[in-house]
Amino acid sequence: MAKTVEGLYYSESHEWVKVEGDVAVIGITDYAQHSMGDLSYVDMPEVDDELEAGDEFGAVESVKAASDLYSPVSGTVIEVNEELEDAPELLNEDAFANWIIKVKMTDRSELEGLMDAAAYEAMCAEA
Amino acid sequence: MEENLLKTCLYDKHVALGALMSPFGGFIMPIQYTSITDEHNAVRHAAGMFDVSHMGEIFVSGPDAEKFVNHIFSNNVTGIPEGKILYGMMLYPSGTVVDDLLVYKEFQPDHFLLVVNASNIAKDYEWICAQKEGYDVEVVNASDTWGEIALQGPQAEKFAVGTLGLAPAADLGFYTYYEAEWKGQRMVVSRTGYTGEDGFEIYCSHEAVNEIWDMLLAAGVVPCGLGCRDTLRFEAGLPLYGHELSDEITPLEAGLGMFVKVKDKEEFIGRDAIAAQKEAGLARKIVGIELHDKAIPRAGYPVEVNGQQVGIVTTGYRSISTDRSVCVAMIDKAYTELGTEVEVRIRKKVFPGTVCKKRFYETNYKK
Repeated sequence: MAKTVEGLYYSESHEWVKVEGDVAVIGITDYAQHSMGDLSYVDMPEVDDELEAGDEFGAVESVKAASDLYSPVSGTVIEVNEELEDAPELLNEDAFANWIIKVKMTDRSELEGLMDAAAYEAMCAEA
Repeated sequence: MEENLLKTCLYDKHVALGALMSPFGGFIMPIQYTSITDEHNAVRHAAGMFDVSHMGEIFVSGPDAEKFVNHIFSNNVTGIPEGKILYGMMLYPSGTVVDDLLVYKEFQPDHFLLVVNASNIAKDYEWICAQKEGYDVEVVNASDTWGEIALQGPQAEKFAVGTLGLAPAADLGFYTYYEAEWKGQRMVVSRTGYTGEDGFEIYCSHEAVNEIWDMLLAAGVVPCGLGCRDTLRFEAGLPLYGHELSDEITPLEAGLGMFVKVKDKEEFIGRDAIAAQKEAGLARKIVGIELHDKAIPRAGYPVEVNGQQVGIVTTGYRSISTDRSVCVAMIDKAYTELGTEVEVRIRKKVFPGTVCKKRFYETNYKK
């Protein structure tokens, strides 16, 4: 059973968001890394890239397939996790301890459209 | 995807092993048991086994068998010794590919075994039957009654001989086979494979396949899914029908001209088109491309030069054995020289790469 973390926001496309002030820290869920298998590459945006909620901002790739990443919020990319460039397997080891990008949010109300841990677990259980 | 998927005779064992199952070529097949990377490495460094019972077995026999096989097959079976195997293609008159296949010269006169791709069994059988008018041959599609295990890797011989008791397998040369028996039933054992490593392909009854699978598993041979079968064949520069070969691609474009015997054979289906293409020169060709970045090129991604599309990726991976981001791609002839700089479009970005040989891994066949 894939784990979740309380207090985070979750998207239907299996990203998690941790809110730190007006910054959204974004990663992929344990469910996502588990269903992808061993990850071999993380495609990340550039710092200063502008994202709209729902925009593709990169991808996580296993041996077999690429899975697009979608930003759950609008804003500006202020940091990318460069550790993942050489160690994508960190996402397999602990998907919640390893973020992918940080976005300075322009519209915090978008968070209301995301799920909490219980709702996300329920969605995954139905899949 | 759900349309009446077939199961191989090992289906229950795959499920019991916890394999990730997925449709392939009309069958529900194991993609991986534990991890594509681990299974890939088992074949490169030890021994792995694949359920390839989905492959098709079509027998051609009769007084005109050799003449008929030469008519439908691009390689030349004239006078080949019993126990010899040839790789080649069946071509359409246009020179594009019906299927790629192995032809086994059986140990009796006028008998051949054709091993074809699972996804093409029905199409191939129909095609072969449609060509046989005027030839005194019998064509039998025995795909439903034959199973197949591919035992691959540097330790394959050790397990074939030591675990399965197939002593004569040790003496087989590459692309030859011998007729064995498993509890009184016919069994074909060939030194062939689709991984770039030494190994064997064992064709036998469903019952025998189940027994052999269990024996090899107990002996420590790693069960391997189609996921690593693809990464292994890709690194070894071997084509997959539907990617590097298709009904829109000729063998010359795929870089497989050596298996099309235009000079040695006066007649076979597709010969004139291939001869004409040789004469006229190619407009496009399959090459290897190595990216300078870690981004992973995948089938269907565009290949570009100066922002203009010049081709398309047919298969690509982060190569497990070489840890490089590489692909094979069909590109315009003008850019196929080794060392040419091209770009692959991956989602929103383009990544520079260099045209290279399409074999990324030094194969270890036993000659």
